[in-house]
Amino acid sequence: MRHIISILIENEAGALSRVSGLFSARAFNIESLTVAPTEDASLSRMTIVSSGSDAVIEQISKQLNKLIDVVKVVDLSEAAHIERELMLVKVRATGKDREEMKRIADIFRGRIIDVTDSTYIIELTGSGSKLDACLGAIDGSLILETVRTGISGIGRGDRILKV
Amino acid sequence: MQLTGAEIVIRCLQEEKVEYVFGYPGGSVLYIYDEMFKQDKFKHVMVRHEQAAVHAADAYSRSSNKIGVCLVTSGPGVTNAVTGIATAHMDSVPLVILSGQVPTAYIGQDAFQECDTVGITRPCVKHNFLVKDVKDLAITLKKAFYIAKTGRPGPVLVDIPKDITNQKCEFEYPKTITMRSYNPVVKGHGGQIKKAVQMLLEAKRPMIYTGGGVILSDAAEHLIKLARRLGFPVTNTLMGLGGYPATDKQFLGMLGMHGTFEANMAMQHCDVLIAVGARFDDRVIGNPANFAEISRRIIHIDIDPSSISKRVKVDVPIVGNLPDVLDDLLKLLEASAGVPDPKALAVWWKQIDDWRGKKSLKYKQGKEIIMPQYVVEKLYEITGGDAFITSDVGQHQMWAAQYYKFDKPRRWINSGGLGTMGVGLPYAMGVRFANPKATVACVTGEGSIQMNIQELSTAKQFRLPIKIINLNNRYLGMVRQWQQVFHGNRYSESYVDALPDFVKLAQAYGHVGMKIEHPADVEPALREAFSAKHKSDLVFMDFITDQTANVYPMVAAGKGLSEMILAEEL
Repeated sequence: MRHIISILIENEAGALSRVSGLFSARAFNIESLTVAPTEDASLSRMTIVSSGSDAVIEQISKQLNKLIDVVKVVDLSEAAHIERELMLVKVRATGKDREEMKRIADIFRGRIIDVTDSTYIIELTGSGSKLDACLGAIDGSLILETVRTGISGIGRGDRILKV
Repeated sequence: MQLTGAEIVIRCLQEEKVEYVFGYPGGSVLYIYDEMFKQDKFKHVMVRHEQAAVHAADAYSRSSNKIGVCLVTSGPGVTNAVTGIATAHMDSVPLVILSGQVPTAYIGQDAFQECDTVGITRPCVKHNFLVKDVKDLAITLKKAFYIAKTGRPGPVLVDIPKDITNQKCEFEYPKTITMRSYNPVVKGHGGQIKKAVQMLLEAKRPMIYTGGGVILSDAAEHLIKLARRLGFPVTNTLMGLGGYPATDKQFLGMLGMHGTFEANMAMQHCDVLIAVGARFDDRVIGNPANFAEISRRIIHIDIDPSSISKRVKVDVPIVGNLPDVLDDLLKLLEASAGVPDPKALAVWWKQIDDWRGKKSLKYKQGKEIIMPQYVVEKLYEITGGDAFITSDVGQHQMWAAQYYKFDKPRRWINSGGLGTMGVGLPYAMGVRFANPKATVACVTGEGSIQMNIQELSTAKQFRLPIKIINLNNRYLGMVRQWQQVFHGNRYSESYVDALPDFVKLAQAYGHVGMKIEHPADVEPALREAFSAKHKSDLVFMDFITDQTANVYPMVAAGKGLSEMILAEEL
């Protein structure tokens, strides 16, 4: 099953490699990983999307907690949460496709943030599946480049991950 | 007062009351060695290869419960040390390893003797640091010692660039340390302990299974009290030997791949199992699916939450420091005044005695060829069971574990997790530094001993009267055994050819050498080696042993614990 694991980790050099190294050394699955400092610059927040049986996910949590630099670990998918991903997609936008691309961006509530004679860059946020759906709606031959950030997640309401 | 980084390193080690630093000098640690030269609060042991420095520090720690300290230079100094670090990591031994690094400005430039030390060692340390500012040096070292010894112990490496050791800053050694990201649990959960007591009292076929955690946390006395109070059978893992007295009637011997018949059968057929500081690894329970076929309720006490329900799902997990948890368990037991069902227990012990009747460790010593088991048995007799025994890795390691009866913790020093050949001699050195009056014997083989044979030179320099018991069968015996059992007797590259004359080799290093070829000579030779005559000598005893001897019982890799291959009917 797919899980979204959120980590607060000391913002030290090599923190990312401790986490990514742990996943590869123990053969844990990793679908996406995002990391950036929090409002407290001494801490980084990481969101990892992984999948595995309950036993594997339990081990992932325990092994992450065992890392000396890790301050807190939460499995967001255990309760109500919000997940978002940012995607930038550069598409060919010429002739009748130019209008179509604009329409698709609007339908998915994306924004066109760069325009040239022949291309658009569409910015889109949402769940991973929404981004997948958007890409699916565009004729593949018109997609020039895509870049996705991976999932960032946060618990709803009173679920707060903080030191 | 302003001190240089090198002075700070020395002062920190002194503050930590370090007695010995095991190491090897080189370019990037020269300032540190220079400061060390000017002090006499701790001693430095210069080994002949960095791997041995880490092994020696490791055994120093295992045999004393102090933190082992090593100092190596950058680049090859570190890469040579990696095997030692990984060995200590697998067996959870608290070490602090200081490594030199090229100057800060050179890092990443492929400088001479540069390597990514933090990157290379990351997967085989509990934690590591790269010091980037001399102001961070003292606090980093304090953290290193704190992390190494608390929680589940392990090696911590501190990488120090050369320029840092020559820069100055104000020195103050922190007295205590707190880390928001690291707070190991000590006390066990009261509710869980209560459940465990209930389960233990309900047991009809109980079993106590204990591992290296009992040794590391100094919980042997607590374990003995618990086992005596309950009257339950006890088995130890390879790493846990000495945690419960081997000569006690409740002891069933070691379990696992080369465990006794009774220990493995009891493990498989018990209805309540209490695992104490053990981790159900593959060499201990064999195939977890087979292990789970017979249902039993499991209580698991360990300091490391990630060791619990990793390979075997348990019913009552208790995370905590073993002495604390065992004390709480005992207190609750006393308060409840309950006793396990005596009738059921008697039936269970009867069953165990039947299994014991198999005499799974029996072997036959003839008149012609020396059996390796016989050498270990005689070693046990002659040392009165009171020596520190180190071993290397292979058949001799298993025979030492099976036939030397360890009654005390920290007397059996071997590489259980990583299985590192070559540890035996440096381990014996480390033990002797920590226990300067102790009898120390290294049980090894002609394969393993050659992996760190250069340490005979260090042993001479420091006059370490180690007794080396070389069980020489001219084969990489455990490899040969597996090739015999699983690979149709095709002994691919397991014959050890062109062996040195070990007697002359020992003499060349300034030690005493003996060659023993006949069973009748085994006992007299051992008596002589351990006599007052050789009190100050390292004695290298080369026993020419049976080439075909195998370690039994044997559970094939991937098989279940009860599927043991026993010794051929003798």
